[in-house]
Amino acid sequence: MELFIDCLKAFLVGGALCAIGQVFIDYTKLTPARILVSYVVAGVILGALGLYQPLVDWAGAGATVPLTGFGYNLARGVKEALAADGLLGALKGGLTAASAGIAAAIFCGLLVALVSRPKDKS
Amino acid sequence: MNISKQEYGELTKKASPNSKSYITIPSAFLVGGLICVIGQLLFALYRRMGMIPMDASTLVSITLVAASAVLTGLNVYDNIAKFGGAGTLVPITGFANAVVSPALEFKSEGFVLGLGAKLFIIAGPVIVYGVSASILYGAILFCIRLFQ
Repeated sequence: MELFIDCLKAFLVGGALCAIGQVFIDYTKLTPARILVSYVVAGVILGALGLYQPLVDWAGAGATVPLTGFGYNLARGVKEALAADGLLGALKGGLTAASAGIAAAIFCGLLVALVSRPKDKS
Repeated sequence: MNISKQEYGELTKKASPNSKSYITIPSAFLVGGLICVIGQLLFALYRRMGMIPMDASTLVSITLVAASAVLTGLNVYDNIAKFGGAGTLVPITGFANAVVSPALEFKSEGFVLGLGAKLFIIAGPVIVYGVSASILYGAILFCIRLFQ
């Protein structure tokens, strides 16, 4: 039952974040690339202001799976590294926290691009 | 055909189908929400396997990225995206799709400047602005703590 509630919360928050993205696609001239960049930067800002943490606590994957969660992760990493390493942490923290996700995307991207065939343009 | 820019703009507006927001927005909600539910289920699974929340959360991202990469290679993700719109763009699976898709498409232009470079065509800006924003935040936080 607890799992069902957790999934419902993730569905509502994750779905809402995606619906907002769709509003941007339908009603503005923002390209998908710009939306991705905006979401990550928005995540950093919301994370920095401490506004995203409550959302993560409440919705779990609903807040961490969308790209705002990626930005939140960058901000969280910087904050933790700053406490441990001082100013050097401002440089180290972001990529350290995001390293697994970025490395996985690069490596999976390479592997899949190597073995798949480009689709026909039809 | 001799037409002004404005007339051309009106013509393209007429020719391009209007995206019906009463369909696209709910489907983005549904598809994006479902991807997050899959993430939540994976998180519960990894937690049950004894991982700490931080590691479980990281592994959820890795799993979703890998799954999305494979589905992109099989041309399945793009078909889901036709229905899901931003629901397939905004989750981290959309980020992985934006990595694999151009890498695959430009493979024919070579492994270095084709596949290797185009892999970052969207991931690059995301990382550039995301990391830069986080460094700015770190610098501001450092200054605030100096004066506390």
